Amino acid sequence: MAVTAIFGARVKRKEDPRLITGKGTYVADITPLGCLYVAFLRSPHAHARIKSINASKALSMKGVIAVYVGQDIKGKLNPVPTGWPIATDPPIKIPKYYPLPLDKVRFQGEPVAAVVAENYYIARDALDAIEVEYEPLPTVVNQEEAVKESAPLLYDDIPNNTSFVWELKGGDVDSAFKEADLIIEKRMVNHRLQPTPMESRAVVAQYNSATNELTMWITTQAPHIHRLLISGILNMPENKIRVIAPDVGGGFGSKIPTYGVDALVAFIAKELKRPVKFVEDRRENYLATAHGRDHIQYVQLAAKKDGRILGLKVTSYANLGAYLSTAAPGVPTYLFGLMLSGAYKIKAVNCKVYGVLTNTAPVDAYRGAGRPEATYLVERMVDILAQRLKMDPAELRKINFIKHDEFPYVVCTGIQYDSGNYERTLEKALQLVEYKKMRGEQAKARAEGKLIGIGISSYVEICGLGPSRAVRGTGFSLGLYESATVRVHPSGKVTVYTGTSPHGQGEETAFAQIVAEEFGISIDDVEVVHGDTAMIPWGMGTYGSRTVPVGGGAIAIAAKKIIEKAKKIAANMLEVKEEDLAFEKGRFYVKGAPSRGVSFQEVALASYQGEQLPAGMEPGLEATTFYDPENFTFPFGTHVCVVEIDKDTGQINILKYVAVDDCGRQINPMIVEGQVHGGIAQGLAQAIWEEAVYDNSGNLITATLQDYAMPTAMEIPSFITDSTVTPSPHNPLGVKGVGETGTIASTPALVNAVVDALSHMGIDHIDIPLKPERIWKLLKNR
Amino acid sequence: MFKMEKNTPIKPVETQQKQLYHIKVNINGVDYEHDVEARLLLVHYIRDVVGLTGTHIGCDTSNCGACTVIFNGKSVKSCTMFAVQANGAKILTIEGLSKNGELHPIQRAFWENHALQCGYCTPGFIMQAYWLLKENPNPKEEEIRKGISGNLCRCTGYQNIVKAIMQAAKELRSK
Ligand code: FES
Ligand code: FES
Repeated sequence: MAVTAIFGARVKRKEDPRLITGKGTYVADITPLGCLYVAFLRSPHAHARIKSINASKALSMKGVIAVYVGQDIKGKLNPVPTGWPIATDPPIKIPKYYPLPLDKVRFQGEPVAAVVAENYYIARDALDAIEVEYEPLPTVVNQEEAVKESAPLLYDDIPNNTSFVWELKGGDVDSAFKEADLIIEKRMVNHRLQPTPMESRAVVAQYNSATNELTMWITTQAPHIHRLLISGILNMPENKIRVIAPDVGGGFGSKIPTYGVDALVAFIAKELKRPVKFVEDRRENYLATAHGRDHIQYVQLAAKKDGRILGLKVTSYANLGAYLSTAAPGVPTYLFGLMLSGAYKIKAVNCKVYGVLTNTAPVDAYRGAGRPEATYLVERMVDILAQRLKMDPAELRKINFIKHDEFPYVVCTGIQYDSGNYERTLEKALQLVEYKKMRGEQAKARAEGKLIGIGISSYVEICGLGPSRAVRGTGFSLGLYESATVRVHPSGKVTVYTGTSPHGQGEETAFAQIVAEEFGISIDDVEVVHGDTAMIPWGMGTYGSRTVPVGGGAIAIAAKKIIEKAKKIAANMLEVKEEDLAFEKGRFYVKGAPSRGVSFQEVALASYQGEQLPAGMEPGLEATTFYDPENFTFPFGTHVCVVEIDKDTGQINILKYVAVDDCGRQINPMIVEGQVHGGIAQGLAQAIWEEAVYDNSGNLITATLQDYAMPTAMEIPSFITDSTVTPSPHNPLGVKGVGETGTIASTPALVNAVVDALSHMGIDHIDIPLKPERIWKLLKNR
Repeated sequence: MFKMEKNTPIKPVETQQKQLYHIKVNINGVDYEHDVEARLLLVHYIRDVVGLTGTHIGCDTSNCGACTVIFNGKSVKSCTMFAVQANGAKILTIEGLSKNGELHPIQRAFWENHALQCGYCTPGFIMQAYWLLKENPNPKEEEIRKGISGNLCRCTGYQNIVKAIMQAAKELRSK
């Protein structure tokens, strides 16, 4: 594909005009005529038996239409399936996750009753009138506690609350550890987070009883998957359900899962034969929409005195919450374990993950999903090793890096990295941050009693999910190819239908750029349609930075098919051989006689008129592709963070933040930067401020935005971003994906900087989040 | 920060249901009259009664600023007020910002600087910036960051929002 003006240009986004004028359409903005509202009564207990529910008072209230409890759906709704039942021995134990619980509640905020009313206010009033008798049960919220023999059980048939034990053995770890000069051991906590898209979840369902057709508007990242799973829960034919994801206000993973309440809302719409709407408030979003991360990791690293890292042993306890959310089992296992050797040549990695059920909200993918947890661990261990060996952390990284001439490189966990130049991003980042000078300033500051630290994080992540053979091998229920239809209309205008479901990432623009480039037309002539199962053949959705590598790849292939056909038509129109034609800037012309030609638009029209087509060719000009990539992609980069710590308060002040990322070829560098900015902010948020906290009784004490410390513009600094371009050979566009890089890189960069600032005090690790109080206490005790 | 300018007296309307109150509100230059419950939040009034859904809701604790509108010239989180308090008020929402199909300089600056991704927080940020630049037409970066600290964005990391407001300030000053 030729690089010209459109592919690679900082084009303003096509989606913005509606969003900056208030003309976007989010699910909460949709209210069909006659719509009813659902409100959920949620359990105040983290673990309790439901003894009785009395809704008669609520039902007698004016404007209340119906109340549903678990017993009402028994036998009518199937449990919510897990989409990624990973292969383990013994087999994974999957608890039954009903949209409303039949007997017990297992986390605070689990819905126990649904009130349907004429409006939202009445529905909320009625919640107070429902009487539920609970028998509270002992609670366990921490995964290390939950696996103990003495722990209360969430499910009688799941001993030790352990859903699975997953193991990965890459290379000969015993010999790696035997060879080692030193072994470093650490326990690390990668705490739980609340994803916090600014739009909470919402669903509207409308049912036509004459046609048996159900239309659902859902805040989803994967409408087709939702349709499939909801059809299973409802026992309803998939082709009778239409799921639409209109504008979606961010997801960050939390809108991948299919939630029981979504199916329940559809069920109610069917039962009552009226449209039904449910919009979470923020508290509900925090209590019941999937959380992220929550690992407790035990790590051993084996290394040589010269700095070479030989092996890693990791045991991780992953808190999965009370039920297995859609992708939950795969996130802390495959997406974590496979990436444990990071950007380095490590001979052997062993990883064992306990998937643990607790009385907390379900945990699923959150921006980065498994990879931040792996990168944080590796990048912290590398820094600890540097500290032990008194080596410069940048030098130590260079010693261990997979070198740029060694790609494709198969790491010990068995996956093949596509391409990379890790040295180059590191060098560039060090230059931008003026590393040598900074080290000098740090020494000076230290002499003056000031605490300044420099933290490096060199990451590599796995994206472009993914080749179906590989993902099916992990137990994922479907393949992870992507579909695209590119339709050229008679006028030469183009509509692209993608199976991905962007919700802020800007692919209405980026995809239009791909097609405009291929066809030599203006991006104003290309519309991108996504998020509607009635319009798009099939789609796996947007997550795991797969949208551009896989979805974009599909579009590029479909566009190429169209050019092939168009060329044949053009040759016929011009009465020349195909090979005598050139195509440039939207025009087919005869080589050597450029004035003889036809435009792309003329060919489009001819393709629909028919008489100028070569014999035997079908009319029309469109192509559908299902593109299954051969391999994953592996974006990489280096971030460097400089901090100063206020000795008196423990406050961290970020002095400088440099990010050099390589996501392969860039379709729109402006959008790439935006993804990096937002990603860094989210990773820093985990490093310093955000933490989902349950008390021992299972009360979520961070259930409002008042208590959950999401940073504002006052806390987040400006970043210096740059990039290198190492194309991926694994897809037609050479792209790698950039949705998660910032989040993956920034948490360890910040923590490494803080620990670096304190290293002379003998500190080599502090668990996140690095709230001022935690640092202050540490300083006080020195 | 917000104080009611003048208290227009409100008359109760008799109905069989909840007591309703008759209010008159001017939004984006259009007069509206409705009978509403006393407890109806202003943001629900704007969205669900008047039908202007560009004003969003992102929280229930008045932290996120997604619901920010200009109320009698001042920036207000419309989830923190009741519709009845808006009786007699003049409100500007995101839908009223562009005139004759021409984007307001703040809107354009957001577009040009990639200051939005999912766009959910955007109307709130734009309205807050509108007020901020009226109060302080020549803000320093720090002042902008402080001025928008009542608004949350999960997507952008704020950098481009700050840049956009800087650009808009410059443009508005030169007008
Ligand atoms: S909805 Fe008003 S501040 Fe969040
Ligand atoms: S653009 Fe998505 S929350 Fe700000």
